Amino acid sequence: MGTGFTKKSGGFTLDTVKALGDPVVLGTFWNSAWLSALTAVLGVTFGAVICYALIGMRPDGTFRNAINAVSGVLAQFAGVPLAFAYIAALGLNGMVTVFLKDTWGIDIYSGGTWLYEMPGLVLPYLAFQIPLMVIVFLPALEALRPQWAEANATLGGTRFTYWTRVGLPVLVPSLIGSLLLLFANAFSAYATAAALISQGSQIVPLQIRAALSSETVLGHENLAGALALGMILTMVVVMSLYSLADRRSTRWRR
Amino acid sequence: MTALTDIPRANPQAPDAPRLPRRGAVRHSGADVGPSRATRIVVLSMAALFLGLPLFALGAFTVRGGLKGGVTLSHWHDLFGGELGAASGPLWSGLQNSLLLSVVTVVVMLALLVPTMILVRLHLPRLERVLEFVCLLPLTIPAVALVVGLAPVFSVVARVFGSGSWTLAFAYVIVTLPYSYRAIQANLAAVDVVTLAEAARSLGASWTATMRDVLLPNLRRGMLAASFISIAVVLGEFTIASLLSRTNLQTALVLVSKRDPYVSNIVVLLSLVFALVLLFALGRVGTQTRRSRP
Repeated sequence: MGTGFTKKSGGFTLDTVKALGDPVVLGTFWNSAWLSALTAVLGVTFGAVICYALIGMRPDGTFRNAINAVSGVLAQFAGVPLAFAYIAALGLNGMVTVFLKDTWGIDIYSGGTWLYEMPGLVLPYLAFQIPLMVIVFLPALEALRPQWAEANATLGGTRFTYWTRVGLPVLVPSLIGSLLLLFANAFSAYATAAALISQGSQIVPLQIRAALSSETVLGHENLAGALALGMILTMVVVMSLYSLADRRSTRWRR
Repeated sequence: MTALTDIPRANPQAPDAPRLPRRGAVRHSGADVGPSRATRIVVLSMAALFLGLPLFALGAFTVRGGLKGGVTLSHWHDLFGGELGAASGPLWSGLQNSLLLSVVTVVVMLALLVPTMILVRLHLPRLERVLEFVCLLPLTIPAVALVVGLAPVFSVVARVFGSGSWTLAFAYVIVTLPYSYRAIQANLAAVDVVTLAEAARSLGASWTATMRDVLLPNLRRGMLAASFISIAVVLGEFTIASLLSRTNLQTALVLVSKRDPYVSNIVVLLSLVFALVLLFALGRVGTQTRRSRP
């Protein structure tokens, strides 16, 4: 099973790794990075607000279980389905597109069909980033001890002071951890982008697809290896930071 | 895209951690720091709108009457009336492959993971950290990157086993490893396996009898949860199948959507509902585990 993780390269050469410095490759890494960062920040923000709205639910109630199931489906199962759903909603003849045009005369594609390009990825990515945030952040929020809220109330604090002085400071490590996790999740996502964008390779996973499936240029399989190496290195950095943040965030849960 | 996500936890808290007041912790305290009712309703409905609208559009699309407009059930009728025409070929074989793959993956995963984890727990406790590290490793490696490493491996696999789609199960076992590991680990930690095994052995049971009659029944919930999550992951898997040019449900859907979007959208909708039911059942299994503990 370990062979799945080793990279196979006949003979030793650094040429393929040098391909990582290529301007085109650097460009796709940059695209991947900002897309992941943007959707991670938005996902953390909206997801945290949703988690806040869910405070006080019974952790083993049916409603909570339903939220978990829906989030789970959207966060892990729905790669290709999300692309289809967004085409049905925002495609050229999508429900929302047509509705906006017919009702208010707004043409969301007056500047070109952005759904099938980079900006179009943001909304579908958010549709799995926000549920992932709910899954990872809700347990952290529920681990806040009721005693702290009581202490805050006894000392004359309001809901506002509780969150600014107690809640958020305690939650900062898990917020940072979630941010890193969401970044890594978006960075490694492939299915949604592949189903939505069939031409061009704007982000790293799509460039790996192009490198793997193209047989026209010699040495392309090595390029795929180099790209994968770059991805794994990025992930290792992000995930090590994540485990640091995670260790820090569990300190309060002992 | 499944690479990094957390499983909907069957057991969010480490079972041996000191038990915190869990049930609606903040609500039951005298101090109310939670959201007001209005805030909750507004936030949740906005979330439902944002996440639900595209899915609603997906459903609305399947009943759209083509260029004439209006609502029609004819596409659903076509799918279930067997008048699919050209679209049914890849879709049907994709569905068959995916179901076969989920069965093979679950069988291989359980056969590998359960004995290993019991063995490590009973006799090699020093290896527990190593096992955990290895099992959670696939979370760090994006599926796209995994494929690059798997491509040469699979050219060997294809020579040995043929290039049938079921061979993908070997890759899927790796992909589902973190989720299955956590599900079984949560169960394993809640059951005192060592005492149970010693009791069974001292009463004269053979190792097979100990496994069959004592240990496995106690790990039923964990194994069930691991199987559910693995099935959900395998049925939703697209990346590896598509890049290794095998046909499964998701790649077939992408193929068919170019020809007959109605059919592919109906099947997508049904698969989402199926996954939802699966994960909901998974949540129930987890809740029961929690309740049954003293």
